[in-house]
Amino acid sequence: MKKLTLALAAFAIGATGMVGPAIAQQNEQFVPALVYRTGPYAPNGIPFADGVADYWTLINERDGGINGVKLVMEECETGYATDKGVECYERLKGKGPTGAAYFSPLSTGITFALTEKVPGDKIPLLTMGYGRSESRNGAVFPWNFVAVGSYWTAADVAIQHIAKELGGMDKLKDKKISLVYHDSPYGKEPIPALEARAAKNGFTFKAIPVTHPGVEQKSQWLAIRQDRPDYVLLWGWGVMNSTSIKEAAAVGYPRDKMIGVWWSGAEPDVTPAGDQSTGYKALMLQHGAGKFKVHEDLDKNVVSKGKSVAKDTYAQVLYNRGLINSMIGVEAIRTAQKKYGNKPLTGEQIRWGFENLNLTEARIKELGFEGMLQPMRFSCEDHQGADVARVQQWDGKAWKTISDYYKADLSILDPMVKEQSAKYATEKKITPRDCSKES
Amino acid sequence: MLYREVGQFKTSYAQDMAIFPIRQDRIALWLTLAIAFIVVPLLDIFQIWPFKGEYLIRAILIPFLILALAAIGLNILTGYCGQLSLGSGAFMAIGAYSAYKFVTGVSIMALHIPPLPVFISIILGGFMAAFVGILFGIPSLRIKGLYLAVATLAAQFFFDWLFIRVKWFTNYTSSGSVAAPDPLIFFGYPVTRPVEKYLVCLIVVTAFALLAKNLVRGNIGRQWQATRDQDIAAELMGIRPLYAKLSAFAVSSFFMGVAGALWAFVYLGAWEPLAFNIDRSFQILFMVIIGGLGSILGSFLGAAFILVLPILLDQVPHALGIPITVETVSLLVFLIVGALICWLLIVEPHGFARLWGTAKEKLRLWPYPY
Amino acid sequence: MVALGQFLEVLLSGLLAGVLYSLVALGFVLIFKASGVFNFAQGAMVLLAGLALVRSLDLMVAKGLPFWAAVIIGLLFAAAIMAAMAFLVERFVLGPLANQDGLTLFMATIGVTFMIEGGAQMLFGSNVYPLRLYPDDAWFMFENIFEGGILLNKLDVWGGVIAGVLVAGLALFFQWTKTGRALRAVADDHTAAQSVGISLNWIWFVVWLVAGLVALVAATVWGTKLGVQFSITFLALKALPVLIIGGFTSVPGAIVGGLIAGAGEKLAEAYLGPIIGGGIEYWFAYVLALIVLLARPQGLFGERIIERI
Repeated sequence: MKKLTLALAAFAIGATGMVGPAIAQQNEQFVPALVYRTGPYAPNGIPFADGVADYWTLINERDGGINGVKLVMEECETGYATDKGVECYERLKGKGPTGAAYFSPLSTGITFALTEKVPGDKIPLLTMGYGRSESRNGAVFPWNFVAVGSYWTAADVAIQHIAKELGGMDKLKDKKISLVYHDSPYGKEPIPALEARAAKNGFTFKAIPVTHPGVEQKSQWLAIRQDRPDYVLLWGWGVMNSTSIKEAAAVGYPRDKMIGVWWSGAEPDVTPAGDQSTGYKALMLQHGAGKFKVHEDLDKNVVSKGKSVAKDTYAQVLYNRGLINSMIGVEAIRTAQKKYGNKPLTGEQIRWGFENLNLTEARIKELGFEGMLQPMRFSCEDHQGADVARVQQWDGKAWKTISDYYKADLSILDPMVKEQSAKYATEKKITPRDCSKES
Repeated sequence: MLYREVGQFKTSYAQDMAIFPIRQDRIALWLTLAIAFIVVPLLDIFQIWPFKGEYLIRAILIPFLILALAAIGLNILTGYCGQLSLGSGAFMAIGAYSAYKFVTGVSIMALHIPPLPVFISIILGGFMAAFVGILFGIPSLRIKGLYLAVATLAAQFFFDWLFIRVKWFTNYTSSGSVAAPDPLIFFGYPVTRPVEKYLVCLIVVTAFALLAKNLVRGNIGRQWQATRDQDIAAELMGIRPLYAKLSAFAVSSFFMGVAGALWAFVYLGAWEPLAFNIDRSFQILFMVIIGGLGSILGSFLGAAFILVLPILLDQVPHALGIPITVETVSLLVFLIVGALICWLLIVEPHGFARLWGTAKEKLRLWPYPY
Repeated sequence: MVALGQFLEVLLSGLLAGVLYSLVALGFVLIFKASGVFNFAQGAMVLLAGLALVRSLDLMVAKGLPFWAAVIIGLLFAAAIMAAMAFLVERFVLGPLANQDGLTLFMATIGVTFMIEGGAQMLFGSNVYPLRLYPDDAWFMFENIFEGGILLNKLDVWGGVIAGVLVAGLALFFQWTKTGRALRAVADDHTAAQSVGISLNWIWFVVWLVAGLVALVAATVWGTKLGVQFSITFLALKALPVLIIGGFTSVPGAIVGGLIAGAGEKLAEAYLGPIIGGGIEYWFAYVLALIVLLARPQGLFGERIIERI
């Protein structure tokens, strides 16, 4: 047995040894990916991680990197667990010649934990469509980028779409709207925005929690059957989404009166429920599924060369979201290179790139994302860049876009962002930056 | 011919009652402490391998120390007093959230407590956990073994729910996630650098480990062990099960509460109840069983095995440059850790601590063990 | 009248949901009864069985086999996988650990859990795989009495029927077959059973196999309900209160426990939930179990614990 202990010890020492010295590469930018390809949320984590990785591969294969700076990627499995996410972050943050470019944890829990750590390490946190809604305020959250849309945007757009279906904002009065949500910070984020809307538009709002992981929702849906709300908003993740759709079908709640957030609107959420999902609607984080111009480049440079990590997830909703996530990151690095030169950059420099990123219509077209995204522009005050979203519907085989872009009502959301971020600033004793003085 | 027995023998009561009666044991302890308190910080200050960067301290040593503390807590309850518990995560959560409340100031009706210093809050968090631990320990007077284990799950799920549902605990943040104060100020000294956090954890854990070691070999510890070995017999011998069991619950929960507060404040920084869910409870139970029931040292060894081994295994293929996906790696890690647990249990069903115990027997008679 | 209809609806669906938990709890009971092992791996076994079934099924349907033939072959394949697992567990884990105390064996089954979870996902993939074996739309009963009727999910009813058949089958197996009688003998007294020539290794293999098959049955129901995916392993946690209420050693107890836990948690969620904030059913089942235990420390149907010094 002593031998065993010795062997284990030797192994442990050896293993740490191997991790220790990273070979310094000159012209390479290190891009880390926190992924979850196993565990309860893997069906949703896999396509996103595939998209993220494939776009980076595309940049390397097609362009030879960003202005000649190759991307070196490394994935770390978090399993959606916060402590594992923190470990992965610590593992990856210092790698490469200049450290990690930015992090995208794809988990609200990990985002909250990393929000406390990134200011010290000076690494941007790109949380596209999730995370703290109030982190839009770049003056208080210099390192968080809740790009493209926050949960508050989503909540507001969902209500606008309902109003449109009903035939006008005034029709919302005395309607009943229920929210079925994942009982965690993720699911609770939209509640203040919906409450604000309920107060303004006069509908009755009811929040119905579902305990993680959401495999059992019978009582919630029986309550909905009795309560008969006019619309049900779904804020789930992983197995909870498909279970919700199934239970809705079982209690006979019409699926076309259900609107999911953009994390409840991908293929793994509807396919397990089969035909019962037909008619179910979900928000789009601007983009949907399907192939666009960027996919031609992917076909030519990545897929045909056998370098794609995606199997059957290619061009799915979450895969495309992964592409966009990487695209925004890459463009931020590119922007930063204009100021700091075409060399590997530090997280602090890349943060400048994020804050000065301007994705114009022309640029989006050039990148091959036309039809997936609207123009967006980040700044020191605005770390979100966009306030628009669309709605899609599952027709039994594919997601179909059924609406135009809605713009979230900033007269409701902006005061909330201000108030919540100010609260965070006082709690953490942060003095907000003066954005007028930023270059 | 002058015959003399080899080995170390006790010739006085003081020696008999020494906390570490074997010389090698004492030397090993002092060496470990010296490495932990002096060598590690020095290596970190001069950034010498393997302490280059912050990874080893921030991502391995700090969580290791904190979880070891929680494991000691559970070991007192399960290993020394024989009460199986699957509610460790809940007691850690109570510690974390109470500490959060104390550090931000509490006001319930007429009672107003101003914001308290971090260290006092953490200790008070431990006391709150101890109080709840006593409450949830009451069923143990009637329920035993596996049934009790599942009953403690009631605590686990209840507190998971409570901390997300009752907004008062999270100071009404919109999302229900809370953040620790930053920087953490211990006795007027802001603790920001990883090595400082490490030292704080180390001091707390060392102090508590010493406390635990002395508790379990004292009067109360003997009562716990008698209760564990045969509770009815213990009762006949005049040990009050009420006192013995509830005190074990209290002390154990206190340890876990402090560990939970440290986990939230020092390691995570911001957290939600999911950070203290059922997986955490199981993880700590694994540590205790693999490390060895009824052993303080075992808690450390078990924590190292369960926490550190998967992290290391996870990095091996990448470090060696073997091109397999993270998915395969993490599944392989599952397989290997599972196999190692089974194998370890087959070779030594009583955990790492028993291995050390056997070694100690031999050390006592060193250099001629039989 | 509407209130009564609602009450009946919640009660009925709670009872049926509880039976679905019982399907998972049965596997625990079988192994605990025969070998005194608290088998934490039961949830992972459901996952393994489900993955083996759905993946082979999809493969054969893609190859052009008719659905019913694919289902039969898929079930056989999954059963073979469960048999292989039972053999490996007995041979390499439980055999060498014979006569260890309960906690060690419990820990060993956790090791087994890790291995099954890692192995199953490595072999069959970690995505979500839809399975359609039973209808899962709803019946509406007594529509003339209650407004909107009382809703019954067909899948739940199927689950209830299957659980009933399963328990009857197990009872027959225990009562009338030689192996079944040997199993009961082992459950009564290991040493005595061994002394009359019953091979413990064989019995343990059989009992793990039976538990594996029960897991397969549970996987067909739960796979249809949730899609086969990793989250299925969480069912083990929903089965635990069922187990305590019924007692660790009683097969009928698992069913009755399921009924009580299911009905209790659903009624609590429906009537208590709105008052104290929803999402209470997870812990309520455990609190219910705790209350049962305080009255009867061995569960409702468990064997009386006799303590000697």
